[in-house]
Amino acid sequence: MAKITFITTDDKTITLEGTTGSVMQLAVDNSVPGIDGDCGGVCSCATCHVHVDPDHLEKTGEASEIEEDMLDLNDYSNERSRLCCQLEITEKLDGLVLQVAESD
Amino acid sequence: MEKSELPDPFKEVRELKGYGEMDDQNDPVTMILGLKNLRKCAHNWKTFQSGAEPGRIVIPSEVNIRDTRQIPFEVDPPEHKDFRALVDPWFKRPLEEAYKATLTQQINDIVDEVLAQDTVEVVSEFALRLQSRALTLLLNIPYEESETWISWGTHVFRSEGEALDGDKANILYDYIDEKITEAIEKPGDDLYSMLLAAQVNGKKLTREEVKGVMILTFAGGRDTVINTITNSVAYFAEHPESLDRLLAEPEITTKAVEELIRYFSPLTQMGRVVTEDTEVCEHAIKEDTRISLCWASANRDEKVFENPNDIVLDRKVNPHVAFGFSHHNCLGATHARQITNILLTTLAKKVKSIDIIDYNENIEELGEFKRKVGFNNLTVKFHKR
Ligand code: HEM
Ligand code: FES
Repeated sequence: MAKITFITTDDKTITLEGTTGSVMQLAVDNSVPGIDGDCGGVCSCATCHVHVDPDHLEKTGEASEIEEDMLDLNDYSNERSRLCCQLEITEKLDGLVLQVAESD
Repeated sequence: MEKSELPDPFKEVRELKGYGEMDDQNDPVTMILGLKNLRKCAHNWKTFQSGAEPGRIVIPSEVNIRDTRQIPFEVDPPEHKDFRALVDPWFKRPLEEAYKATLTQQINDIVDEVLAQDTVEVVSEFALRLQSRALTLLLNIPYEESETWISWGTHVFRSEGEALDGDKANILYDYIDEKITEAIEKPGDDLYSMLLAAQVNGKKLTREEVKGVMILTFAGGRDTVINTITNSVAYFAEHPESLDRLLAEPEITTKAVEELIRYFSPLTQMGRVVTEDTEVCEHAIKEDTRISLCWASANRDEKVFENPNDIVLDRKVNPHVAFGFSHHNCLGATHARQITNILLTTLAKKVKSIDIIDYNENIEELGEFKRKVGFNNLTVKFHKR
């Protein structure tokens, strides 16, 4: 079980609990605004873009090269950007705080 | 070769140079073939613009057959963003439960129909009908209207043998004009009326702008969806084990949808007009010429996709660009994904196997390349599970 907190673009805080699956799926199942997950989590749409809280970067680890390439050309990405469909829910993510990224 | 196979004609040139070249009505095109470069160009709307002369970014060029600007397709940022903000919520409606339920019913019915038939010509009797009926949902208009669209046949924009046909396109343009007039006189809760009542930047959309959105909705969602459906049927005919797998493991369906659409890449490429002298793949590109973003080639890029020419139904990381990339990514993708998803689920449930009886391939001639994009016709027999 992992508790994951999303801070939306209008500064609302939503805390959810998940056990399996991706962070994107957890967010979509609970209608977190700004996380659409259009491609179902195969890393092709970037509608699951989040910024990892600076204190939690260790929990999430590094993005893969394919994910990096997607983020590189995103107008709202920074060095803490992740596509959260690529974050698998495990105990390790417990307490994670994610800021939902802006989009067009 | 399997009948359902769509070979990758770009491989050699993509690996060797990264770009291809084709002429199109004396307005040549440099085709960007690799995924990374394609994404960069798609993102760089200042140098590679969509808002050029209407019809010019389409290949084959439509400059001689239309003047109406298609919206939001032929508009660049920042205006593009305002138009998208207006239409995006409408085109997300396929995620609503009621929409899904009606679409599921439609697809159930048509699959039952073809199962009861002896043989079926998939393009005209299955794909075109399914696509047309589903579009009534997207436009939020009566189901019966689909009969008119079906009666146009598959070649609304193209006639057999000729790439483009102005007279045929006029059938659609005149039809849309008439429907806009009807919606002005008697507004309803359909897409025409929504657009007519809407404002962008404090200004009402002009009639010409409404027409530009509607033409695009018809044009963008027709051949692409028809090819997706037809190619899926051909694939399952040669891979009945995939039907079994989808039935046993429904949780892979969304991944299968993405993978089939990557593999089929129903829209081969889309152009951009170059606004300044520049360079791609160390190749000089002149101002006021065209490049194309070749989605079909990028989706087989071996630098990104393992076994790019195989359909791996549960491919986990699949950063394809079949629905485009960046600002202009496909507005109809939610609808197209929902159709494909429900189609796969329904076929897996109801169909045991499919026999291909006869077929005729649809091959695009793209300068030095020939690409099979699907079928002109495909006759099959469906067998019940
Ligand atoms: C599997 C089916 C489909 C595929 C593969 C597909 C592919 C694409 C691609 C590659 C683009 C990007 C074009 C560019 O960058 O210039 C695009 C844009 C677009 N598509 Fe689709 N499409 C599909 C279905 C649909 C449907 C069903 C509709 C509507 C009924 C639609 C409407 C549009 C529109 C309006 C745009 C322009 C978006 C913009 O410029 O902001 N498409 N599509
Ligand atoms: S859900 Fe599409 S990239 Fe994450």
